[in-house]
Amino acid sequence: MTSTTDFQKDIVNTPDDSFLQGVKDCIPTLLGYISIGLAFGVVGSASGLSVLEIALLTILIYAGSAQFIFCALLLTNSPASAIIVTIFVVNLRHLLMSLTIAPHFTRYSMLRNVGFGTLLTDETFGVAVTKQMQTGKLHGKWMDGLNITAYSFWILSCVTGAYLGQWVATPEKWGLDFALIAMFVALLVLQLSSIGKNKIMHYLMLIGYMVVIMYGLSYIVPSHVAVLLSTVIVATIGVVTDK
Amino acid sequence: MTTSATMVWLIIGCALVTWLPRIIPFIFVRNVKLPEVVLKWLSFIPVCILSALVIENLLDTESGKIVSLDWPVFITFVPTLIIALVTKSLSITVVAGVIIMAAVRFFM
Repeated sequence: MTSTTDFQKDIVNTPDDSFLQGVKDCIPTLLGYISIGLAFGVVGSASGLSVLEIALLTILIYAGSAQFIFCALLLTNSPASAIIVTIFVVNLRHLLMSLTIAPHFTRYSMLRNVGFGTLLTDETFGVAVTKQMQTGKLHGKWMDGLNITAYSFWILSCVTGAYLGQWVATPEKWGLDFALIAMFVALLVLQLSSIGKNKIMHYLMLIGYMVVIMYGLSYIVPSHVAVLLSTVIVATIGVVTDK
Repeated sequence: MTTSATMVWLIIGCALVTWLPRIIPFIFVRNVKLPEVVLKWLSFIPVCILSALVIENLLDTESGKIVSLDWPVFITFVPTLIIALVTKSLSITVVAGVIIMAAVRFFM
């Protein structure tokens, strides 16, 4: 095991793009997967899902927000069509993420590309774009290491949560729900710190737009739709205002 | 360990609509050269989507008619952001964020 500082150095300097390095680069995100996964398992069993159903959801859908919304809609007796459409919209942001990192993997086979896409999540996307910004390249083996580690821990945590059921205390009380937000904050900071000094003001302006647009949209559409729309709008503003 | 056929089909339906948006770009981008302007647009996506996800969590859209800050989350967000800026480390930020959040919930 490397210490945290060594690990940080690894992300920045090591040209090592092995499967093992992918596993290592996944470690900082694991607390997020474990806490959210446990919480999902608990919420799932509280919503009346069996351990088998929770495992199926976790293995087949593999998206935290979509899985939570699945439970919420199930509890309100929503029709299947409404559940499927909502899940589609909630996860449509992955289309943008996938479109962003796919151009870095065109040298690999179709099958491997389908594999990279299948295991794409907010977290692995964040780690991958940060790696790409810092090293300029993404490697298949590294991506597999990152993806498979994240996927395994997600399944393990969700199923463990399902077993723990009502016996585990509310994860929110221990601040564990913040793990995900903290990770997005850190990934955002890492993104911004690898952007050149001359462009930083432009990006900060875009984040300003993002705050305003997200706030406005929150009155009109559900928050997951607001995330999608504001990303499309602000990225377009970014292109138009870029010098 | 039980389930019904309806539930399995529902889960499969949801799995398909989450899978397709993830893989379609990977299949499509292999055969098409994306124009310069699209690549430029995509270069803004990481910062946009990450900030959108952070802002989504800072806003409280449920408790009142007016969208306001989710204060406990915001109070935790500020020191977490500073820690992220100072340490530039994913793991330190996540662990510190969780501890601060637990403390804020304990005292508020």
